[in-house]
Amino acid sequence: MWRLLQIELFKISKRPRTYIAFIAIAAIVSIFQFAFKADGQSYMDLMMQSAKEEFTFDRVQAINGYFMCYIILNTLLIQVPILVALIAADSISGEANMGTLRLLLSKPVSRTQLIIVKFAAATIFTVFLLLWMAVTALLLSIVIFGTGDMLVFRTKGEDSQIMLITQDDVMWRYYAAFAYATVALTVIAALSLLLSIFAENSIGPIIATVCIVIVCTIISNINVPVIDRNIKPFLFTSYLVGWKGFFYIGTRPDGSTIKGSLENWPAIRKSLLILLAHIGVIVGASVLVFRRKDILS
Amino acid sequence: MKLLIAVILGFCGASLQAQDADGLIKKVKAKIDLVNNYEADGIMKTNVTFLKVPEAQVKIYFKKPNLLRIKNEKGISFVPKGAVSINLNSIVSGSQYTAIDAGYDNIGSVKTRVIKLLPTDDNADVVLSTLYIDEASLVILKAKTTTRENGSYQLEMIYGKYIGYGLPDKLTFTFNTKDYKLPKGVTFDFDDGSNNQPAQKNKNGKAEISFSNYTINKGVADSIFK
Amino acid sequence: MAAIIQVTNLAKNYGDFTAVNKLSFTVNEGDVYGFLGQNGAGKSTTIRMLLTLIKPTAGSINIFGKELQHHRSEILRQTGAVIERPDLYKYLSAYDNLSIFAKMSGIKVTRKLLMDQLQLVGLDKVYNKKAALFSQGMKQRLGIAVALVHDPRLIILDEPTNGLDPQGIADMRNLIVRLSKEMGKTVVISSHLLSEIEQIATRMIIIHKGEKVVEGSVDELLDPAHTLVDIQTTNDAATRQLLETSRWKIFLQPAKPLQLMMNKDLVPALISELVAGNVQLLSVNSSHSLENYFLSLTTQPGYVEAFAN
Repeated sequence: MWRLLQIELFKISKRPRTYIAFIAIAAIVSIFQFAFKADGQSYMDLMMQSAKEEFTFDRVQAINGYFMCYIILNTLLIQVPILVALIAADSISGEANMGTLRLLLSKPVSRTQLIIVKFAAATIFTVFLLLWMAVTALLLSIVIFGTGDMLVFRTKGEDSQIMLITQDDVMWRYYAAFAYATVALTVIAALSLLLSIFAENSIGPIIATVCIVIVCTIISNINVPVIDRNIKPFLFTSYLVGWKGFFYIGTRPDGSTIKGSLENWPAIRKSLLILLAHIGVIVGASVLVFRRKDILS
Repeated sequence: MKLLIAVILGFCGASLQAQDADGLIKKVKAKIDLVNNYEADGIMKTNVTFLKVPEAQVKIYFKKPNLLRIKNEKGISFVPKGAVSINLNSIVSGSQYTAIDAGYDNIGSVKTRVIKLLPTDDNADVVLSTLYIDEASLVILKAKTTTRENGSYQLEMIYGKYIGYGLPDKLTFTFNTKDYKLPKGVTFDFDDGSNNQPAQKNKNGKAEISFSNYTINKGVADSIFK
Repeated sequence: MAAIIQVTNLAKNYGDFTAVNKLSFTVNEGDVYGFLGQNGAGKSTTIRMLLTLIKPTAGSINIFGKELQHHRSEILRQTGAVIERPDLYKYLSAYDNLSIFAKMSGIKVTRKLLMDQLQLVGLDKVYNKKAALFSQGMKQRLGIAVALVHDPRLIILDEPTNGLDPQGIADMRNLIVRLSKEMGKTVVISSHLLSEIEQIATRMIIIHKGEKVVEGSVDELLDPAHTLVDIQTTNDAATRQLLETSRWKIFLQPAKPLQLMMNKDLVPALISELVAGNVQLLSVNSSHSLENYFLSLTTQPGYVEAFAN
């Protein structure tokens, strides 16, 4: 199994396509950094516009590496599923397209093993993608913008909130958020893998994955009670942004925040379990479908 | 005749009391005026519905007549703009108001003199200030200010060892807040399924500052207030 | 001779469509076994079932004396295959491609082993070149290297000459002969060309519409005694009369316009006698009955049924 995984990783590492994702992330991140370096104040003013009348705050310190990373992740984690799909949706369909699938499967390797290894390789790719994001969006932003207390802007139902996390309370939240994001994106990887079993080229499953993510994300963001209650809980996309929960800090009754606390850990844990369940079900389905599939490519 | 005396006495009494209110304000002001500038450490707690911030270690700088700066040395802090009123000078300085005695009221166990200040300028933003003054120590324990544009403020002060300068150990600033709204569509937030009904619209915000280590009249550079 | 592959009543249906129906055949150790059929006859489906790429609807496959479904890994470890065009990982070099598939076959991979293998198929000089830059012939050779690298007992080649130029086809033929004669491998080779099979196979099967038409040794099936001779003359009726009274009449096909089935060696004698009998010959064509049969698969369905029966 380990040998198979090594082979898969070797193949992924040799594909030019793999690096598109890394280049795309670096490009998006550096555009963000450049924009905020040049004119972060406008963004801050926009976010603060309705609080500005009543409060003064030190704006220079507000745009720092921690804040930047959050802003970048906020945007980027919507696009990263596409990058994950780029590789994961190619897992089986790409082999079918190249004609190597029939060769692989005529080797003494079980189909279950192969799917699990493909899934593991896609997951490892996802982890590397997130590590790369951590390096570019977090570490590089820290180098460029420095550190400081972190502002988090949040919309909760009808209300908006500004949260302030002191700088000594930030890093563990990022570790947790990146770990959560790994699980969330692994769901995408699993979904892409499942779809790739049905196709003979990777374009179809990539587009299908992206469409599913987009449609579900849109539905997840429609604030209508009937959808909130009956549909949202069943859409995995509702849980993709759960990483943000690690930045929703807990408060005392007097309104002051509690260092090292989370506002709603049970909700995050539940989301995490739901995502893990998705992974289990989708990978399980992939194994079942793939084991029964006749290889006609 | 009796009636006349009564009327005169009454008039005199009223006038006497009015004189007293002005006098008391002047005395309080004189005490406040002892402080030309100060620098103090403080811990600021902010309690506003839309703001979730930690207790902040702050430094407070003041310089006559009305320069005030609350500064967080280590990080970001949100300072209510109205907190400039923490500067009592801005309430009692000048003489463009009419002081009206409004009797006595208890703040905790302390009996205070209640004095209402009405600005003489019809266009002033402040419509009415009500001061609760501890006559024995000549310090303001509570001040309510109603403004035309910016709602009402309330200051409550607890004094300790700097009572001689009229500087509080603890100050609670209550103010009206408006709704805070983020621009639509900039965040995709995690809906944790908890109650998303609008929070009880408590429109009052509160900031609490506990002072310590006052350095009084040792000079504060102007640059700090920029 | 031990049976390497034993297929019994194999069937594969896709809904209402029957791709393979009650197919039984045996491949013996050391055979170069030709699998002959038109395109769409069910060759590829059968071969893919042998490699567990397609699940049979019914029937059983035993390879090396073991049931395929239950001893899949064990069997595939001793099997090498080239299935149609061996499209490899285009972005990898010949060496890396070979290395990957060698590792997947479960053997210990050394540089020497891989280079020897590349040398066997003549790709050692371009071992570092990406497969994307290979010609079809080079890809085919690399595919063969992949199929052989783990030294399998059984080699399955599905249409291995597809897309090759004449030289490539000749090279492939030589290689298969070497594999069989020098290295003692059992080879199953599918093709839609009889000429290809008859040159290299020792035994063969012809399938049509998913069913077996005939199976046997090539020598037997291509026995010269089964040569068909078509004669065209200026006067066919007179010639038929002549033939019916001659010693050739036993070979005369009744329903055909002057067709005889005979031993190929006798054709010159037949021509001499016809000339001596003043028959004005337009043409004499001799061909093997199997070849004729095979040609007729596409043109004369009725004949196919007759042959099959």
